Amino acid sequence: MTAAAPLQRSWDARAAANFVFGGAGAGAIVAAACAGGPGIRPPVILLGLVLVATGLALVATELGRPLRALHVFFHLGGSWMSREALAATLLVPAAIAAVFGVPGAQWVAAVLAAAFVLSQAAMLKAAYGIPAWRAPFVVALIVATALTEGSGIVLVAASWRGELSALLTVAVGALALVRAVVWLLYRRALAAIGANDARDALTGAGRFLLAAGTAVPLALAVVATSGVGESGVRIAAALAGVLAAAGGVFAKYALVTRAGFRQAYALAHLPVRGARLARGR
Amino acid sequence: MTRWVMVADLNRCVGCQTCTAACRHANATPPGVQWRRVLDMEFGTYPDVQRAFVPTGCQHCDDPPCAKVCPTTATRKRPDGIVTIDYDLCIGCAYCSVACPYDARSRTLKPTFAYGRPTDDEATRRNDARIGVATKCTFCVDRIDDGLASGRKPGVDPEATPACVNSCIASALAFGDIDDPESNVSTLLAENRHFRMHEELGTGPGFYYLWDRAVDDDDATPGRGDPA
Repeated sequence: MTAAAPLQRSWDARAAANFVFGGAGAGAIVAAACAGGPGIRPPVILLGLVLVATGLALVATELGRPLRALHVFFHLGGSWMSREALAATLLVPAAIAAVFGVPGAQWVAAVLAAAFVLSQAAMLKAAYGIPAWRAPFVVALIVATALTEGSGIVLVAASWRGELSALLTVAVGALALVRAVVWLLYRRALAAIGANDARDALTGAGRFLLAAGTAVPLALAVVATSGVGESGVRIAAALAGVLAAAGGVFAKYALVTRAGFRQAYALAHLPVRGARLARGR
Repeated sequence: MTRWVMVADLNRCVGCQTCTAACRHANATPPGVQWRRVLDMEFGTYPDVQRAFVPTGCQHCDDPPCAKVCPTTATRKRPDGIVTIDYDLCIGCAYCSVACPYDARSRTLKPTFAYGRPTDDEATRRNDARIGVATKCTFCVDRIDDGLASGRKPGVDPEATPACVNSCIASALAFGDIDDPESNVSTLLAENRHFRMHEELGTGPGFYYLWDRAVDDDDATPGRGDPA
């Protein structure tokens, strides 16, 4: 017992991990269902499920009363955190069924994974106390990062298993580009609402996202689709996938932990000194 | 209907922090946790500067973002406008803390005491139900409910009024029913120009700030609330 109160008023790295791992994992499940071949779909869906579970396990350590964790389901009608928990819970059996090749299960898992990502995005949007989280384009940013990271994981798996297709490589490059555009729009929105501290806090992560997470993967995707020999194509595609997946990690981590500046106190009017004395009150 | 609100007169508050001490005393909050705070805010640049003391805390909003996001329904709004937390339901996820635009919520993860070891008073009033969960100003809801049950009037009778309001040395804080046109708070709001913090967010705070007397102003309608 100490005199210094261990207070917590903000989310820390454990919460950020839920967005990083959960987003990438859910995105991988969606991407695997949409674009994964039969050889890579089961392992990628399994990896996606492990990532989602890892994120949730980490954020669970942030709970003040972890033994009451089941209470998280009590507000499905209003709280996006409850909906996120429900989507994750239902995702477990659906993803396991998909891993074992149950017909149609990968589509159920993909829908639930998409619901999980949307719930995460809406969670941030509903956090009124943090201007950078309720800013325009935050939902699009979380969704775009999840899909890009997930498709990057699928691209790595496809390179590894020799199931590459030009369409998949182009899709990852296109998603990375979309993510970059959304990122720039989000940065502009932060400036428009006056959240300049948050905007500055995201500068480093943004540079990484634009350079290592977008420009380099795009260049590698071009190389991979231009016929440089099978091994060259596989290496270029795998690198593009790794960078596309990693590009959003720092951005989301910074968004949750560094850009989470609280709404400052503000007075619409200042007190008018002496006004009552002048009126004899 | 009844809608309990608090009114803070920015012209009267002297920043003495008596209300914060009274709140700590009444609610036995641990070190570092202040449900009632008085901000010391400075504005402008030298030599054109101004200072304001701003009592703040939970605003007991009409549409509280904390209650919307709470995954457990631990945070609820009563029909009389008071936003409450059920400590037995809360899981301490801190989502309400990041959803509150008024920085009104705290979560204490371990029992803490002013001098390391608990004083007799701290040991007596220790409440482990508040450890690991969200806490915030309750408008001294127990005093209000007990006062009403014994026929007293919140905002008028000290026994039924929040501790911070009772303690204010400058009568800068007032508490009452805004739905009663004859109440103290309705009268104050009718006679003074006022605003609510971050009104643009649409939360409908139940905490009003008086900033000027409106009656004699040519360009002011008495009691007009100025949007932020």
